[in-house]
Amino acid sequence: MIASLPRPAWLRTATVLYVAAFLIFLFVPLVVVGVFAFNNANYPAPPWHGFTLDWFTGSAATGRVGLFHDPDLLGSIWTSVTVAFWVTILSVTVGTANSFLMERHQFPGKQALSVLMLVPLVIPGVILGISILSFSSRVAELADDLFGLDLDFLRPGLPLVVLGQFSYIATIATLMISARLKRFDTTLEEAALNLGASQFAVLRTITLPYLRPALIGSAAISFIMSFENFNTTLMLVGSDSPLTVMMYGRMREGASPVLNAVSLFLMLASAGLALTLMRGSAAQNK
Amino acid sequence: MVHTMAERVWQRRLILALLLAPALLWLFALILLPHVQLAVLALRERVAPHVFQPSLAQFKTFFAEPLYWEVFVRTAFMSIVATALTLLVAFPIAWVITKVARGRASAMLFMVCLIPFWVSETVRALGWLILLRESGVLPAILVKLGLAAVPPELLYHDATILVGLVYTSLLFMVTPLVSSLESLDNSLIEAAYDLGASGFATLRKIVIPHAAPGITAGCIVVFMLSLGNYLTPNLLGGKNSQWFTELIYTQFIVRFNWEQGAAFGFLLLGLSTAIVAVGLRLSGQRFVDVMRRS
Repeated sequence: MIASLPRPAWLRTATVLYVAAFLIFLFVPLVVVGVFAFNNANYPAPPWHGFTLDWFTGSAATGRVGLFHDPDLLGSIWTSVTVAFWVTILSVTVGTANSFLMERHQFPGKQALSVLMLVPLVIPGVILGISILSFSSRVAELADDLFGLDLDFLRPGLPLVVLGQFSYIATIATLMISARLKRFDTTLEEAALNLGASQFAVLRTITLPYLRPALIGSAAISFIMSFENFNTTLMLVGSDSPLTVMMYGRMREGASPVLNAVSLFLMLASAGLALTLMRGSAAQNK
Repeated sequence: MVHTMAERVWQRRLILALLLAPALLWLFALILLPHVQLAVLALRERVAPHVFQPSLAQFKTFFAEPLYWEVFVRTAFMSIVATALTLLVAFPIAWVITKVARGRASAMLFMVCLIPFWVSETVRALGWLILLRESGVLPAILVKLGLAAVPPELLYHDATILVGLVYTSLLFMVTPLVSSLESLDNSLIEAAYDLGASGFATLRKIVIPHAAPGITAGCIVVFMLSLGNYLTPNLLGGKNSQWFTELIYTQFIVRFNWEQGAAFGFLLLGLSTAIVAVGLRLSGQRFVDVMRRS
């Protein structure tokens, strides 16, 4: 029952208990990951053996290779950042172009195109991965047969990972940017045009600054989605593994607390990003 | 800066062409053509090295081999159960967020629901591994409390996979539910209460019909995500997980049998599309609206 209606005591208690149980469910797995990054044992499991920073700072000399001395893990973080950077650039650019296309222009087939743009969201990530993998191999084969070209970037590897992630993240960026462009008051642009501003000047000084929150928001979401992506990446990855694939491989071999250390690092990084974004959007709304 | 009419039309066409180019390149090169190629692969058979002929052999294999279609049915069934559980868990929370909690508390609770989404699925799975495995936290607690003599293995069960899937999907259910419940006018519930309706009758006659679009949107998204998930069933279910995406991975990457993998891919895509279509039909909604909402 809603807050304005009388609620019996048992219902109030049940509500509080439910919310508490829900919060425990939500946070216990994350807390456990963080806590065992500091456990002084070779395996992330109870009992508690005391506090240590070995899993961050340890090196081969101390017998425990911590995160900061694990070149494979650090390299995979860097790989993920590089991939996410390109996916973000591509998605926001194409998303912006799409928004202007769909909100400002009329053309035959527009309806079909708008449905098609949503399709990537309903295709399972694994299938996006295998379809792009098989198509790019086909193109590489053709280029080799017809022109004798060796197109290395079409073989499994980071360029394909970027394209695979971009193929659906572009939809999300398009939706976020369109939503804001739709609410834009076009009389502002008309006023500027009447006052003699060029089309380009209007875009640069009025429309794009208005879109800024959506551009930043969609960039952040694109970056995070790319960084976290696993399904599509798994199908397209070559010899350089991004972090999620690297962690998956290590988890299958048997967990080491260094994975907890990486995870804690990831949680802090995304919490930082989330807080920055929230503060940004709160400032915008004032 | 005086443009003739013809120049303006020409300029507008140029801009349209420039804006269309990236959209078409994206949708054709990364979505449409790859799926055409996948269909070509799925519908051909290798008869000799580098010689192929059109055939339905891969689909025949799927039906002839019980393991394959059992895994397929199992994945679909487990995803439906996971979706229903997610709805059951998420609905009361969405209700508390929109109707019971007020102001800051409500906003905080909603923010908190979003947090697992900000953390990579790998990290979430690691958390559940540490909690549930034989040497993990929960079995140790059970032993300490005297509820079990030896630490039980809580991983590698179907229930474990479901817990992992619900955990991963919650956000995608809570968000559309909150947005559809927010628009429900409280005075309708008050009116029902004043007229003597029971809580259950109010839920069935007023709340659920109003929230139906949000429920559908959430269920569709959660079902698709569960069906297409690889990481959670694989890590939490171990060898017993038998998830259909694992078969696709095995055919494509391990056995390099792309024809069979492509056919499996289309079966998964077909199932996912069918369920989405049924969901939309049942609730009488349009695809575009549902996707915008979620």
